Amino acid sequence: MQETLACSPHAHNSMTVRRIMLNVCLALLPCTAWGIYSYGLPALLMLLTTVFAAVATEAFCLKLLKQPLTRLQDSSAVLTGWLLALSLPPWAPWWIAVVGGFFAIAIGKQIYGGIGQNLFNPAMLARVALLISFPLQMTTWPLPTFVSGYSPGIFESFGIIFGNTALPDGVTGPTILGNFNTEASLGTSATDFFASSFSLKDSFFGTTPGSLGETSALLVLLGGIWLIVSRVITWHIPVIMTLSAGVPALLLSLFLPEKFLGFNFHVFSGGLLFGAFFIATDLVTSPASKVGQIIYAFGCGFIDFIIRVWAGFPEGIGFSVLFMNALTPLIDLYCRPKIYGRNLNRQPMKKNLV
Amino acid sequence: MSETNYKSLFTNGLWSNNVAMCQMLALCPLLAVTSTATNGLGMGLATMFVMVSSNLITSVLRMIITPQVRIPVFIVLIASMVTMVDLFLNAFMHELYKVLGLFIPLIVTNCAILGRVEAFASKEPVLPAIVDGIAMGLGFLLVLVIVGAFREVIGSGTLFAHASLLLGPSFGWMEITVIPNYSGVLLLILPPGGFMALGFVLTLKRLIDRWAENRPTKETPVEDQKLSEGAA
Repeated sequence: MQETLACSPHAHNSMTVRRIMLNVCLALLPCTAWGIYSYGLPALLMLLTTVFAAVATEAFCLKLLKQPLTRLQDSSAVLTGWLLALSLPPWAPWWIAVVGGFFAIAIGKQIYGGIGQNLFNPAMLARVALLISFPLQMTTWPLPTFVSGYSPGIFESFGIIFGNTALPDGVTGPTILGNFNTEASLGTSATDFFASSFSLKDSFFGTTPGSLGETSALLVLLGGIWLIVSRVITWHIPVIMTLSAGVPALLLSLFLPEKFLGFNFHVFSGGLLFGAFFIATDLVTSPASKVGQIIYAFGCGFIDFIIRVWAGFPEGIGFSVLFMNALTPLIDLYCRPKIYGRNLNRQPMKKNLV
Repeated sequence: MSETNYKSLFTNGLWSNNVAMCQMLALCPLLAVTSTATNGLGMGLATMFVMVSSNLITSVLRMIITPQVRIPVFIVLIASMVTMVDLFLNAFMHELYKVLGLFIPLIVTNCAILGRVEAFASKEPVLPAIVDGIAMGLGFLLVLVIVGAFREVIGSGTLFAHASLLLGPSFGWMEITVIPNYSGVLLLILPPGGFMALGFVLTLKRLIDRWAENRPTKETPVEDQKLSEGAA
């Protein structure tokens, strides 16, 4: 009989990094499949390019750091690339995908020391860097193919992603958040806009323009619930983040219905749900304790709401999550759990044994 | 003080004790103005002039300045030099002045200059003080231009754009368009790009240092000894 010596703990559950990452990938499948169905072959090419760039960068960095390439098996690079691709416009050209994948892995993760060490969410860091650097390409939103009736063939798809095939007229449109910003600056009241342009059904099932993975609230919810059921995440961050953007919207729209849109609009359009379930819950960059997670989630949701309503960008999930990522070490410092046998000031408890 | 080793002054200033890359001083102007190589060059020249002249004056007055009042005196000396540069740039290079703007007066608070005055010029004769000012200023200029060039080439696809504003129309040949029809990477021009570019330059410097350390040659130990003597 062979005996091995090992340190405690001796009981493990089977949750490895690889398993967590693959679980998240599984949860992303429904909204990804819907995105590829809605936006056709170019979207698939863009997704594959981003993931390939992320994995290739990871391999390159591991080589530079003289670490074994078997580390690729933890699939974290695949997941980062995948999340990034889902947050990009579906027909983003190949160089956006490659620069994004490289930025996410090399600058977002490996420079900090690799998996588990990064301060910021790599996918969101890359998305924000791309948004700031290439505002035109990052705000060109194609309509779903079944809305515009334009579904590019194989050659056209390669042209859109890898060449510079110009898109025909009428196949792109604004996201609903961007549309509202434009309309509001023209003086349309929120009530009129809500009645004429917003349809809860469209946002819920995902027939509006937007990033590849964020359009269908239903499928994002489905994936998110799978993550909670499979115990990769807990419900705290997604629920509180959604509410902290939704409740201010609800209150403001009750008192000032002319200027502010309500709960349904803010929760079901844009990337709020996607961010709440898949981005903000990143295990590395969110606080460890429950209280900390609640503060963090509140910040993510509320800052996103502020950016949407009062700032220049129509959507601010990336910014709000990165901002709260930066505060995460501080939150963790102040929300350390109570030590067993000690009071909240970390002093030993008095021996009051009867 | 024994005979000054001018060569080691230069190696210190340009490489082994470089203001920005080793002492990590003066990073504020470094990050703020280096959106193009030309801006870096202008800022570097201005800083270098202030460094040399304040080193010179401090060294001349070093017997008169008592230790108790030395910091205010140094600041007043540096501030007078900076005011001269500020007025000169405003009068003769107004376009560049508009770009560098606030950062010229802020050279007063540039800790690298006060650092050299305090650590070197107030203890050394005039000639070494001048040479030290030139060497340290050149080292800072070098980093400013490298960081500026990196950000400019990637950020907007040009190199030394508007150099003729700084150096006169005869230097128009320096303005190079590296990548024609380039839409630009705005991130590199914005402040985060400054931090990233500086980080890459520091990494590169340390990689070169490490490579030089591991290179098996006979001269290296002797050279190192000289440097450490110079630094001490």
